[in-house]
Amino acid sequence: MTSAMQLSEATRARFAKEVAKFPAEQKQSAVMPILSILQQEQGWVSPEGELAVAEYLGMPVMAVHEVTTFYNMYNQKPVGKFKLNVCTNLPCQLRGGLQALQHLEGKLGVHAGETTADGVFTLQPSECQGACADAPVMLVNDRHMCSFMSNEKLDQLIDSLRAAKA
Amino acid sequence: MNIEQILTQFQSTGLETCFHGRHINPQIYADLNGSNWRLKDYEARGGYAALRKILGKDGNEGLTQDQVIATVKESGLRGRGGAGFPSGLKWSFMPRQFPGQKYLVCNSDEGEPGTCKDRDIMMYNPHTVIEGMAIAAYAMGITVGYNYIHGEIFQVYERFQEALEEARAAGYLGDGIMGSSFNFQLHASHGFGAYICGEETALLESLEGKKGQPRFKPPFPASFGLYGKPTTINNTETFAAVPWIIRNGGQAYLECGKPNNGGTKIFSVSGDVERPGNYEVPMGTPFAKLLELAGGVRAGRQLKAVIPGGSSSPVIPGELMMNLTMDYDSIAKEGGSMLGSGAVIVMDDTRCMVKSLQRLSYFYAHESCGQCTPCREGTGWLSRVVDRIESGQGRASDLELLDSVAGNIMGRTICALGDAAAMPVRGMLKHYRHEFEHHIEHKTCVVGAYA
Repeated sequence: MTSAMQLSEATRARFAKEVAKFPAEQKQSAVMPILSILQQEQGWVSPEGELAVAEYLGMPVMAVHEVTTFYNMYNQKPVGKFKLNVCTNLPCQLRGGLQALQHLEGKLGVHAGETTADGVFTLQPSECQGACADAPVMLVNDRHMCSFMSNEKLDQLIDSLRAAKA
Repeated sequence: MNIEQILTQFQSTGLETCFHGRHINPQIYADLNGSNWRLKDYEARGGYAALRKILGKDGNEGLTQDQVIATVKESGLRGRGGAGFPSGLKWSFMPRQFPGQKYLVCNSDEGEPGTCKDRDIMMYNPHTVIEGMAIAAYAMGITVGYNYIHGEIFQVYERFQEALEEARAAGYLGDGIMGSSFNFQLHASHGFGAYICGEETALLESLEGKKGQPRFKPPFPASFGLYGKPTTINNTETFAAVPWIIRNGGQAYLECGKPNNGGTKIFSVSGDVERPGNYEVPMGTPFAKLLELAGGVRAGRQLKAVIPGGSSSPVIPGELMMNLTMDYDSIAKEGGSMLGSGAVIVMDDTRCMVKSLQRLSYFYAHESCGQCTPCREGTGWLSRVVDRIESGQGRASDLELLDSVAGNIMGRTICALGDAAAMPVRGMLKHYRHEFEHHIEHKTCVVGAYA
């Protein structure tokens, strides 16, 4: 039996800021930003996290789960410390998006969709990020977009993140 | 360096996409440099003067709701998100006398492949969106609004929230704006990776905290929108155009463009050009000029094809495209396609059209919300059949099959995603049938290796 994750005061304060944007009887409206905060803090949206969000917002846990599973960016299982999403949609593909993904596969020694053995990087292809003129583009941990990612820049980014982690 | 600092090094600065000085008579992107996005900079550029004007706080008597809507109608402003619906007309559909809560929503869920214009507006000129929304809210008697921002551009979401704080502190948002009796609360929310939420009713569902599955229309949002209340939804660029129109008049805006196609439009040019980026030009600018602004086709290559209005719009062969102008009517009537969101995807002569369609068809199958059977199943069929043609497994009957599947999706779904998936297929088969036939017959491409 899954039991709800304990939410810290700081986390509750962040949640409250999102809830305050919506009418009092429409707290459910805050579920997307709240799940995104949870993911930022926990790395993924666990069943325990979904239960905590459901209790916090007063909505059925299945309705929370529907949101987690419908939107591409929620991690339904743990990912590496850095989740790398490389856009491979057509406009990016025309400007090296696929090559960027393949370059990272080689550099990290994983296939798209996998996590490195040391748990540092998860590599994923993604759909349009709305930055087509910056191609190749890559999103790191949902919140940082990296633009014009040539192979040299990809190497520089990966090496810097590894060094910072070590 | 900490992780934040490392990642910031790779953040785009807008230099290549927005501050290149290659716009023509820009209104929304005028005089931006990346550091002058704050309220005081916006005011120095004449910002919030339009809101002041309609509220009668500039020494004149102000504009009535009807006058604001009439001005927007006169301007010829049409929705910049893709459908091109006349904005003033849309605003007039709102039941202004409705006694309950009404809502205003900005659609910043910019995920149509090829489009990145709203990102640069919100990042580098966020207050023009806020002012435009406040004017719209005044005109329709709305007191609460939301800006729903694409989940992938989180830095833009944070920037917009910061701009909202500034506008609240300065009294441009909130209760009794500028000492008037007009109240307007505006908030930002965000998506988290779902193309379908760019569809307005899916966006409303998402804003209500649900799966983004489109609603059946009618009822339209003007009568049953957010939380079942009357709601008007416009694209970011549409709102961003409004302050200029109020300051300069509807006629002046109309004169920037072509009849029935007023104003400037921001085109996101991507793909095989030397300088991909956003270019704000008067509506009706020749495509050849836009291509020139974007540095032309990549050196040493020839123009082959253009997807003129985002991935959902049918492809246009390069030679035809070179004779068209960039406005709703020319692209639709002469080009047989759509201006859409203004995302111009350029492809050169090294590109295989089967391979290009393969990626787009995969996208639509991936992003179908699953609600309507023709779309859920049909997009999968389209994707798998194009896949097998591309990989040399195509059958002689496949082109007919593609056409039949596309025909069975179109017009049979709740929202436009089904049509958006089918139209590129039909466009490709219309103009590049020989490439598909070549793939099926010879198991290989008419062009060389896909560069």
